[in-house]
Amino acid sequence: MLIVVSMVTFGIFFVVPQWAGATPEAMASRYVGRAATPETVHLVAERLGFNDPVVVQYGRFLKGLFTGAEYDYGAGVEQCPAPCFGYSFISGQPVWPDLVDRIPVTFALALGAAFIWVVAGVSVGVVSALRRGSFFDRVAMGTALAGVSLPIFFTGMVSLVVFSYGLGWTPPGGAWTDLSENPAQWAYNLLLPWITLAFLFAAGYARLTRAGMLETMGEDYIRTARAKGMRERDVVVKHGLRAALTPILTLFGIDFGLLIGGAVLTETTYTLPGLGQFAILAIRNQDLPQVMGVVLIAACFVVLANLIVDLLYAWVDPRVRLS
Amino acid sequence: MTAPLDVSGSAAEAHPEAVLVGAGKAIQGRSLTRIAWMRLRRDKLAMAGGITVILLILVAIFSTPIIAAFGHPPLEFHQDQIDQSTLLPKGAFGAMGGEFLLGIEPVNGRDVFSRIVAGAGISLLIGFLATILSVVIGTTLGVIAGYFGGWVDQLIGRIMDVFLAFPLLVFAIALAGVIPDKGFGLEGNSLRIAMLIFIIGFFSWPYIGRIVRGQTLSLREREFVDAARSLGARNGYILFREILPNLMAPILVYATLLIPTNILFEAGLSFLGVGINPPTPTWGGMLSEAVRFYTLPHFVIFPGLAIFITVLAFNLFGDGLRDAFDPRAH
Repeated sequence: MLIVVSMVTFGIFFVVPQWAGATPEAMASRYVGRAATPETVHLVAERLGFNDPVVVQYGRFLKGLFTGAEYDYGAGVEQCPAPCFGYSFISGQPVWPDLVDRIPVTFALALGAAFIWVVAGVSVGVVSALRRGSFFDRVAMGTALAGVSLPIFFTGMVSLVVFSYGLGWTPPGGAWTDLSENPAQWAYNLLLPWITLAFLFAAGYARLTRAGMLETMGEDYIRTARAKGMRERDVVVKHGLRAALTPILTLFGIDFGLLIGGAVLTETTYTLPGLGQFAILAIRNQDLPQVMGVVLIAACFVVLANLIVDLLYAWVDPRVRLS
Repeated sequence: MTAPLDVSGSAAEAHPEAVLVGAGKAIQGRSLTRIAWMRLRRDKLAMAGGITVILLILVAIFSTPIIAAFGHPPLEFHQDQIDQSTLLPKGAFGAMGGEFLLGIEPVNGRDVFSRIVAGAGISLLIGFLATILSVVIGTTLGVIAGYFGGWVDQLIGRIMDVFLAFPLLVFAIALAGVIPDKGFGLEGNSLRIAMLIFIIGFFSWPYIGRIVRGQTLSLREREFVDAARSLGARNGYILFREILPNLMAPILVYATLLIPTNILFEAGLSFLGVGINPPTPTWGGMLSEAVRFYTLPHFVIFPGLAIFITVLAFNLFGDGLRDAFDPRAH
């Protein structure tokens, strides 16, 4: 999986531009800036190996990631330690440490929002299913339908205008405190982004949970459980919800991949200093090594999330055996 | 409404000669399409969504005459309407009124109404074409995987897993960010539109592919497929004439539900500044410019509402369509 991801990343940044007609010189000129003479560009193209076959270039790219790379600039050899994503075009700094700085922000945003949306979405869905057709059900499902139809950058902006600038309940955009510094302030600053991001996803979970619960609550074993005098709460949670949980988990696995994307939009809307904002800045600056770094990190994150979801399957559904 | 479905054929039609004794008049055979259409007609929300979708398509097609009749050209500056010290519109509520229906933008005073109308075309174009692309890829691979099974199925299933696990937006951003200004014989924004359609369509086909694969798996075992095979039909005939027509309903439903997702995707990319380049008006682009002027409600709300209404209409219609074709799923 990670190999595929690295190949695709490599493809996007090295192969696609060449298909579209960029020469090795044009590729190299991105690395040396505008003022370089044609000779310098040619030399750099040679040094960075844009004339080599694609397979050789890919091998070098992988080697940089795992064992580090050495860049021969002519004036001396530069060492780039192990996860080598290269150097930023703009600042000249290695990309990896910058990335590491920003991971906690995105991680906090993603995990907090995921927690809220799963809890809120699933419980609203369960209550809606149990009281099908009630006022609560109709309001909740209407809100959920609106929720899946609203773009996050729109809800984000509106919530900022209303809650931060209008009512003053939440901090303005761009507020960020380290967790180690002041946990209360940290949570307070993240509250609005969490809720906005969670709202978008919770809607889908409420709809899915409701549909799943309606189906499982009609099964025979639910009647059996009731018939043997089980408490209604246990019937709903242990028999009904547990069976309805598998498709929710599948969706969660997919959404975690999308969440990184959602984080890009959320971080841009709230100007949070996370990976998403980093990616956007890097793209605006055409800073290829930085963009590549973010893409790879995001992909690793998704692969990891999928692994965790696979493990959770075994916990939710005892028929799944870990092998 | 959309093109009428043809799910008639072997399994779909009941025989009109099956008349009950004592019934006053002959019972008419109704095709599945007809039954679905009757259910859809009764679903008020779905019909409202469908009508809104048709209206939006009409607005997109006739955007030029609409703008000529009710607004100013979307790229025209109206700096005489802007207070040069604050860069905000002079009139109240962003200069909303008969002259500018939804007011004007700060700084350069472009007509918000015209820009929203003009943006509809791009949103819908990308939404529809990207969906068609993912339907074509998804259906082809899904049918092949479901019908042939074995290692073909495993390979395609694996590819779908990889695509589903990819951080979609991040990859799309990266790709959209490296699109050159010229290439593949196209230039500027027409190249960007083509690339966006390709990127969005190419990354969202597994959603359709999975559904088609699942449906094909169960259709493959049905009697009419056995019958065709025993009559000596080739794989190609069975795939195109027996299985594909029966897949039309689920494909139509999920394509309808994929369109709003793709529209949101394009809006997101344009919001991030890696979609369509300004000054071409897009809803996402308008919102991204609005970030700096959040004190002007109309500037944020109208493009946002445009996205919301469009996506909601497609979602309502798609949900209704699904219930109409498969009432059990609700």
